[in-house]
Amino acid sequence: MTDVPHDDEPRVVLSARGLGKDFSGFTAVNNVNLDVHHARIHALIGPNGAGKTTVFNLLTKFLQPTRGQITLLGTDITKMKPDAVARMGLVRSFQISAVFPHLTVLENVRVALQRPAELHVQFWRSLGALDVLNGRAEVLIDELGLTPWRDVRAADLSYGRKRVLEIATTLALDPQVLLLDEPMAGMGHEDVHTVAEIIREVARHRAVLMVEHNLSVVADICHHVTVLQRGEILAEGDYATVAADPRVRTAYMGTEA
Amino acid sequence: MARTSEISTSEPGSVPTMGRGVQLLLLALGALVLIGAPFVVYPVFAMTMLCFALFAAAFNLLLGYTGLLSFGHAAFFGGAAYFTAHAAKVWGWNPEFALALGVLGATALGVVIGAIAIRRQGIYFAMITLALAQMFFFFCLQVPFTHGEDGIQAVPRGHLFGFIDLNDTMTMYFFVLAVFVLGLVLIWRFVNSPFGMILKAIRENEPRAISLGYATAQYKLGAFVMSAALAGMAGGLKALVMQFATLTDVDWHMSGQVVLMTLIGGIGTLLGPVLGAGIVIALQNLLATSAFPVTIITGLVFMVCVMLFRRGLIGELAHSRLGRALGLRPPG
Repeated sequence: MTDVPHDDEPRVVLSARGLGKDFSGFTAVNNVNLDVHHARIHALIGPNGAGKTTVFNLLTKFLQPTRGQITLLGTDITKMKPDAVARMGLVRSFQISAVFPHLTVLENVRVALQRPAELHVQFWRSLGALDVLNGRAEVLIDELGLTPWRDVRAADLSYGRKRVLEIATTLALDPQVLLLDEPMAGMGHEDVHTVAEIIREVARHRAVLMVEHNLSVVADICHHVTVLQRGEILAEGDYATVAADPRVRTAYMGTEA
Repeated sequence: MARTSEISTSEPGSVPTMGRGVQLLLLALGALVLIGAPFVVYPVFAMTMLCFALFAAAFNLLLGYTGLLSFGHAAFFGGAAYFTAHAAKVWGWNPEFALALGVLGATALGVVIGAIAIRRQGIYFAMITLALAQMFFFFCLQVPFTHGEDGIQAVPRGHLFGFIDLNDTMTMYFFVLAVFVLGLVLIWRFVNSPFGMILKAIRENEPRAISLGYATAQYKLGAFVMSAALAGMAGGLKALVMQFATLTDVDWHMSGQVVLMTLIGGIGTLLGPVLGAGIVIALQNLLATSAFPVTIITGLVFMVCVMLFRRGLIGELAHSRLGRALGLRPPG
C-alpha cells in the first residue's frame, strides 16, 4: 500500500484533467475535470447515457482515455494497466454485481486478501494454506453483517447481500479510493439504508466516488456532486447548489427528489 | 457464460448423504480396476487408454478450470512424443530422463504458444492456438530428427532408473499407471491450491479479478503452461508405450480428439476427461477392425452427448440425485 498520512483531513487523492474518450468518432466523454478527496463522498450523477460509467472505466483504466491526464496519490496513472492501478489502492465495483458466484462468502473475501498476503501463486500448496486469512475475512464479514451467510455460495445470496459482499471484498484490499458504480441499483428500501450507512462509515477514512441514481441517498450522504450530461460536466458543488441549478433541473425534467 | 447461470440454479450447499465412506469405496474400486486392467484387457490397449486419459485431464485443466478452449494441444502431446522418442532412441537416455525431456519441451512450447495466444479471448484464442500448432506441425514435417512421414520408429522402452526392465509388459503397465496417477494428483493439487482459487475467480468474473489487482493474463498463462507440461507428460509416455512418435500425434485431429474426449466425459471434473478418453479410445479400438468408419461413430456419440448430457457424463452424474448421494461435487 502507498504510504500516506493517516489523518482524515480532506485532500485530493484522485484527479482527472481534461479527460476525454472517443469511440470511433463519437465523443462519449469530453473535458472532464474531477477532484476526489480523501474522507469525502463524491457523487457522479446524470441522465442515462451521460457517460458516468465511461468516466469510471477511464479512471480505473479499464478504458484508455483519448485525451487528458489522471493522477492517483500524486502518481500519473494515465498509461497504467487496470490491475496495477488496483494494486495502488484504487478499487472499483461494477454496475452489475461483481461477486464470484460459485465461491462462498468467505472465499469471495479471501480472494481479495490472497494477493496482499502473497498467497496467490502457490500451486503446490493445499487450500488449507488459505485458512490463515480466515480471521481477517471473518472480521470484515462480521462488520458488514454477513456472518450468517459465511459459507453460502455468493450465487445463492439475495441481491442486496451480493452488493454488501461486493463492498466487503473491496474493503478487504483496504483501498485509498473506492469507486462504486450504482451500489444501490435494484435494491429494496431496507438494503438501501444499510448500504448508505456502510458507505458513510467507509468514507470516514477513504475517498469514495459513486455513481448513483437514487438522489435522496446522494442528498443524504454525499459531500460533493458532479452532474454529467452528454459526456460533459453540467454542474458541480454540494447537493443543494446543484439541485437549485436550473440547467440540472432541465436535464432531469423535474425528476429530482 | 451460459454454463454459470445453469449451475447456479442447482440446489445450494447440498450435503453428501453417504459422504466419505462411499467416496473411499469408489476410490478403492477405481484402484482395483486400474490394477486389474492389464490382466483382463490387452495391456498395450490399457496403457494407451491411460496416456490419452492423462492427455484429456491435462487439456481439461485449461478448458474446465480456466475456461480457455485450446485447439492446439496436439503440439504439446506430439512434440513431447518426438522429444522423448529421440532422447530414448538416438541418445539412449533412460526412460525417466527421456520423459522428463518431453515434459520440458512441451513446457517450453507452452510458454511460447501461451504467451502469444493468452491475450485473446474465446474463438480468437482457439484460432491462434490452432494456427501456432499447425506451424509446429509443419516444423515437425520438415526437420530431419522427426523423420518426416516415417516418424521415429522402434523407440526402446529401456530400463527405468537403469535397472527396471520396461520391456516386460506388466512392468511397463505399472510404470505408466504410476505416471498417470502422478499426473492426476498434480492436476488435483493445482486445481485445489491458492493459485487454483485465483484461477477460479478469474473464470467466474474476470473484470472483478482485475479490479482486485490480479494481472489475470499471467495466471491464465500459468495454467496454460501447466496444461501443456502435463499434455507433454502424456505424449512422452505414449511414445514409450507405442514405441513410436509420428505426425499423427502433432496433427490437428489430435487436438480435436482431446476436445471430444473432454466434452464427452464432462469438463471441469477430474474424472470426466478420463472416462471420455476411455470411451473414445475403446470405440476406436472396437471399430478398428470393422469396415465402418470410426469417425462417424465417434461423431454420433459426440452429438448424442452434446444433446443429452450437456455437462458430459461425469458432469451429469455429479448433478444427479445419485451423484450427490455419492458425494460427487458438481463442477464450478
